[in-house]
Amino acid sequence: MNDESNTPASNEPVIEVEKLECGYEGKVVLKEVSFRVARGEVFFVIGGSGCGKSTLLRHMVGLNTPTGGEVRFFGAPFSAADSAARRATLKSFGMLFQGGALWTSLTLRENVALPLAEYTTLTRREIEEVATLKLAQVGLGGFEDYYPSEISGGMKKRAGLARALALDPAIVFFDEPSAGLDPVTSRKLDELILQIRETFRTTIVVVSHELASIFGIADRVIMLDRGEKGVIAEGRPRDLAANSRDPRVAEFLRRSDLLPPGA
Amino acid sequence: MSASHESTPARATATPVGVLLEVALAGDWKITLPRPAWSALLGAQNPARVRLRTDAVGQWDTSLLLFLFEVQQWCRETGAYCDAEALPDKIRLLLAQLAASHETSVPFDRSENFLVTVGVATVDAVGKSRAILHFVGECALSAARLARSPRKFRWGDCLSEMQQCGAMALPIVSLISFLVGVTLAYTAAIVLRLYGGDIWIADMIGLSMVREMGAVMTAVVLAGRTGAAFAATLGNMKANEEIDALEVLGIPAVQFLVLPRVLALAVMMPLLALYANALGIFGGLVVAYGLLSISPTAYWVEMLTIVDLSDVATGVIKATAFGLIIGFSGCLRGLQAERSAMGVGRAATSAVVTALVLLVVADAIFAVVFNILGW
Repeated sequence: MNDESNTPASNEPVIEVEKLECGYEGKVVLKEVSFRVARGEVFFVIGGSGCGKSTLLRHMVGLNTPTGGEVRFFGAPFSAADSAARRATLKSFGMLFQGGALWTSLTLRENVALPLAEYTTLTRREIEEVATLKLAQVGLGGFEDYYPSEISGGMKKRAGLARALALDPAIVFFDEPSAGLDPVTSRKLDELILQIRETFRTTIVVVSHELASIFGIADRVIMLDRGEKGVIAEGRPRDLAANSRDPRVAEFLRRSDLLPPGA
Repeated sequence: MSASHESTPARATATPVGVLLEVALAGDWKITLPRPAWSALLGAQNPARVRLRTDAVGQWDTSLLLFLFEVQQWCRETGAYCDAEALPDKIRLLLAQLAASHETSVPFDRSENFLVTVGVATVDAVGKSRAILHFVGECALSAARLARSPRKFRWGDCLSEMQQCGAMALPIVSLISFLVGVTLAYTAAIVLRLYGGDIWIADMIGLSMVREMGAVMTAVVLAGRTGAAFAATLGNMKANEEIDALEVLGIPAVQFLVLPRVLALAVMMPLLALYANALGIFGGLVVAYGLLSISPTAYWVEMLTIVDLSDVATGVIKATAFGLIIGFSGCLRGLQAERSAMGVGRAATSAVVTALVLLVVADAIFAVVFNILGW
């Protein structure tokens, strides 16, 4: 779907991951992971279940501390940065978690308003207007005063996306955005991701194993492997599917022949 | 593996033909129904060859595979030849898979030797202590930050928690405190009547409720009621990635979730303790009037001869500290919870146990300190 010509990505690296080593409680999950993501790029981290995709994402955004290596955002170190510097960088992030991760005690409007109240000097009225706008942008106009328990899984994801976009972030991370969604809703979410990129030139990082999304919207992917504990392939998804000699990559992407033409 | 109908029992017959044992299986072999035992079928026979046939088998599932596997294993152990040529291909394939999985499955040994266990427990204890100190330090820093910009404090959440842990706890605190007063009075009456000192029941109830029992009993009730609720709520939020969502936004969970709860408890605990004091004293009065015929006025006047404001203050100070302990314990355990339903349950239990242990330790420290200060 994304030809080189219409990809609004530039060569300017927004995210640089250098020899990152991730793990929990002494157990190494990933090692020597290195890649760069350019501004405006839709970048996918793909791989089978349990290969460490979500682990990589958690270490990148600082939810877990890497055991080695470095992550830089906009050229500045993040993993080893002090709390003030990290907080400043976090303002430029938005993240959509697998289940939406909405704060259940707050309405959708309050969920979206919270980052605005935390990081801006907008008046309460302005914050509410922005929150309403963001919810409308993801198709949740009229649901502002609903609580997360009162809406469907797909709506929770969209509300989570509205919250992630509240501060107009430069980078948005998506953790398995299609998980638990029907194909139509999943496709709409993909379209929304592209729309965000096109509108704001936002850099998008997606963790997924959904082939329809990978071939549909990814500019570039890296593929992780559980046995290798690292990156085994990097490139444009169609190039990898057509040219990769690695049987693991071919096996993962071979179902691409089941996708409809032009997908 | 096929459409269900009324099952015929699984049957197996063993017919010796020289050194060969012909084993013919029939009927429906289902895992939920009893199946013939190979050992019973074999009896005292010791064939050199066993031939398996399943021509008369109707429905079958893993039950049939288990029986055939048992026969194969017996043949392997005794050196007999197992002739499975007559079995259908799909059964032989599944049997091969069963044999392969049997050979590769190695039981996971979780046992450790004593020294390793002690070492792991020590490292764990050090880690937990460090986590507690880190948590308390983080709370203190967040509180200092909020003191500079109180607008960012979540007053709405704090008021809501105050209602939950304060007003909503009134019925249970009332009942417990009144009954504690009654129980203390009955116990005291036994001794006091022996010495004709009935009136001193007022002194004893007043002093013990105000200095000790009001705060302690309220704390025990709130540790079970509110501390566990804090841990369960935060544990559930952690499992749902709500806390991660805060961290990614750069909003410390301590500032957003912990401080409103801890402040709510620290404010409501002394108020509830004062209320518990009143109810306990009233419980004692009821017993004094009913059992010892002491008038309410005499009871009140006598109590005021021994209970003064410093006694009330000690109770209030304790209650405030207990509120902080319960709040911190509940929130800490909630934030440390594993991301699962079991983890949330463990966090709630751990929050109550931690709070109760710390309450008793703190109470003992207060007793020593107040004694030194002469309060």
